[in-house]
Amino acid sequence: MSAIASDLPHSHFPARWAVTLALLAIAYVGVPLLGSSYLFEAILLPFLALSLAGVGLNILTGYAGQVSLGSAAFMAVGAFAAYNFNLRVDGLPLIASIVLAGFAAAAIGLVFGLPSLRLKGFYLAVSTLAAQFFVQWALTKFSWFSNDSASGVIDAPALSVAGFVFEGPVGRYYFALNVVAALTFLSYRLVNSQTGRNFIAVRDNETAARIIGVQVLKTKLLAFAVSSFIMGIAGVLWAFAYLRTVEPAGFNLDRSFQILFIVIIGGLASIRGAFFGAALIVVFPLLLSRLGSFLLGDVFDSGVLDMTQRIVLGVLIILFLILEPDGLVALWHRVRKRIGTALRRSRSQ
Amino acid sequence: MTILSTFKAAALAAGIAFTIALPAAHADEQYFPLQSYRVGPYAAGGTGFFGGFIDYLNLINTRDGGVNGVKLTWSEAETQYEVERGVEAYERLKSNPNVAAWNPLSVGIAYAMIDRITADTVPLITINHGRTDSSDGRVFPYVFPLLLNPYSETSGIVNYIASKEGGLESLKGKKIAVLYHGSPYGKETIPIYELLAQKYGFELQQIEVPHPGNEQQSQWLAIRRAKPDYVVLRGWGVMNPVALKTAAKTGFPVDHIIGNVWSNSEEDAIPAGEAAKGYTAITTQASGAEYPVVQEIVKTIYDAGKGNLEDKKRIGSVYHNLGIVNGILNVEAIRIAQAKFGKRTLTGDEVRWGFEHLQLDPARVEALGAKGLFHSINVTWDNHEGNGYVTFQQWDGAKWNVVSDWIAPDWALLRPIIEKSSKAYAAEKGIKLRTAEDAETATN
Repeated sequence: MSAIASDLPHSHFPARWAVTLALLAIAYVGVPLLGSSYLFEAILLPFLALSLAGVGLNILTGYAGQVSLGSAAFMAVGAFAAYNFNLRVDGLPLIASIVLAGFAAAAIGLVFGLPSLRLKGFYLAVSTLAAQFFVQWALTKFSWFSNDSASGVIDAPALSVAGFVFEGPVGRYYFALNVVAALTFLSYRLVNSQTGRNFIAVRDNETAARIIGVQVLKTKLLAFAVSSFIMGIAGVLWAFAYLRTVEPAGFNLDRSFQILFIVIIGGLASIRGAFFGAALIVVFPLLLSRLGSFLLGDVFDSGVLDMTQRIVLGVLIILFLILEPDGLVALWHRVRKRIGTALRRSRSQ
Repeated sequence: MTILSTFKAAALAAGIAFTIALPAAHADEQYFPLQSYRVGPYAAGGTGFFGGFIDYLNLINTRDGGVNGVKLTWSEAETQYEVERGVEAYERLKSNPNVAAWNPLSVGIAYAMIDRITADTVPLITINHGRTDSSDGRVFPYVFPLLLNPYSETSGIVNYIASKEGGLESLKGKKIAVLYHGSPYGKETIPIYELLAQKYGFELQQIEVPHPGNEQQSQWLAIRRAKPDYVVLRGWGVMNPVALKTAAKTGFPVDHIIGNVWSNSEEDAIPAGEAAKGYTAITTQASGAEYPVVQEIVKTIYDAGKGNLEDKKRIGSVYHNLGIVNGILNVEAIRIAQAKFGKRTLTGDEVRWGFEHLQLDPARVEALGAKGLFHSINVTWDNHEGNGYVTFQQWDGAKWNVVSDWIAPDWALLRPIIEKSSKAYAAEKGIKLRTAEDAETATN
């Protein structure tokens, strides 16, 4: 569990913040100057939304040790709740709708988190699967959720905050970036607080945690609520900032698995890992598909290429997990350590 | 680990390299970005439709050297009928120059594209499907649900059932069940069926089949309990043969099942085997390879080994012919726009003008070698559907046979409902209604 230790504050504090600030500066200033609309619309927006969902699931699965297969359901609750708050409450600012949507997702998360008090591991995974099916069913069944729109697809409202409208790919990117940066910072503070340590205690040994005075039930439910809150807001970003349309089918079981893979590949119990994982899951298939159509597009049709990509992607993920079971974040630590040693060596010479 | 990182670096470098190296603009070319789907549960529709579309574009290039010398080009990106893949494909393909029109063949993807293509001023074609109120060109200048929007289809089917029962008055007291696909496409017609049920006094039951629809036992049990006179199958992909087979198992007579325009293909009937014999479905384009334009595709494209369909038996199938008709409509829109703006590469907005003047009467359709394949189309600046005619065909176990004349849906009845919906959309989005003058000018 070296990943956890490294996420706790330690002596290199200023240097760590320098890296974060540099990344933020690149994200806020550098990328919008250089990026094309393809970069924003097809890569960065889904990346930001899925990273945030990954952060949410990581709090639940990585830190508090509760397996969940209902991530996409909580995203759907967030997206539809934000749409309905925005539509039905006159004069409510969009930001308030989004926060309320987060709370709505947290409430649903609490309900489906209740079985975690009794169930563990695979059994819990199966019971969160119920959330996945129930939410999708309810959103499709009751057309009130989609404002009785004929096809069940709804248009996202304009992203306006205090009179300023975030328009176009770059505007929506900034909107998503602000939300993700703020929530990631809060998550980081949370997992480094006493509550975060309680999460880890419950994950590592429930009985021991109870003996040292952690309220296990409360901690588990809190993890479900916080994680669903974040995933709900990730759902809002997915629907409002990325796709600009909301339909229940977009939040299916595949999406839940995708988020679980992001967490596993990125590295469990690491906020940073969620970003690494999302980058890999979003970008890698696109690179493969472009590489495929670039090299072999004239020989095979797009169907054959797509099938091949799936096989290649699956094999690469298996290989990767065998070679680096702690996820991308462990790889990153190793690289940094090597650079550090190399620097020190060159300095001492 | 080093091998892996090297590989990743190489992949990344390659990715960056060809993201930057966009194809250079050539003179006199018109490009079709194709968000196709050749894998997944709807591959049969995707391969047939995009196969026919590509075959027709190929025919125009090979036989005529393009449209008045302007060569047609295209490239594909796989969507699997999934919205986010469709959006990615859109963003990827739109960087190509000289885009003529988008043809995603998916309601979900089309919905996600409406804002985007309106900002880009490039037409979006949703032949035989799409968002019904986009027929109102005053509100949706760049969206074209050509030939048949979902409401017209519904009206056509209800009129056909009425004709079998002896007129619209005899619908009173009859019971119709609609089995629809649990997707944006499937749900699009819920309100119009309700409205027609009220108007003609038939009893209505609408039952959803969750995507993809490979399990329908409970739905057909509900139908068996309700004992409707007719079942309308509003399916897509694998849902259709499963519906026909399950109907046979539960003892519902197949000749009282009427398929909609996305449940009308060979790929829907053949897998159902005996259970499909006698099944009737609506269509805007007849199936069969005997039409001159299909024959020319066989001669010019397939005999030269350049055909897009892997299985030559599918030439002239419903989806393939729909792709060909879609090709005709796209190409003719370009030709009409060229007559106004000049025989050169057109902008998306100029092609939009072409679609808004896409008027092909039966004589012109015959000249294009498509007499009997489809009836006619009459698109105007405010009517983006173009009043397509429908016909009904019955499956005899081996092929479809046309069993009705060309029927006109009840457009006068539908237009006010469509306008009500489009006006609500315009109000919600703050869109100013376009006028005929606005539509006449096109940016180049």
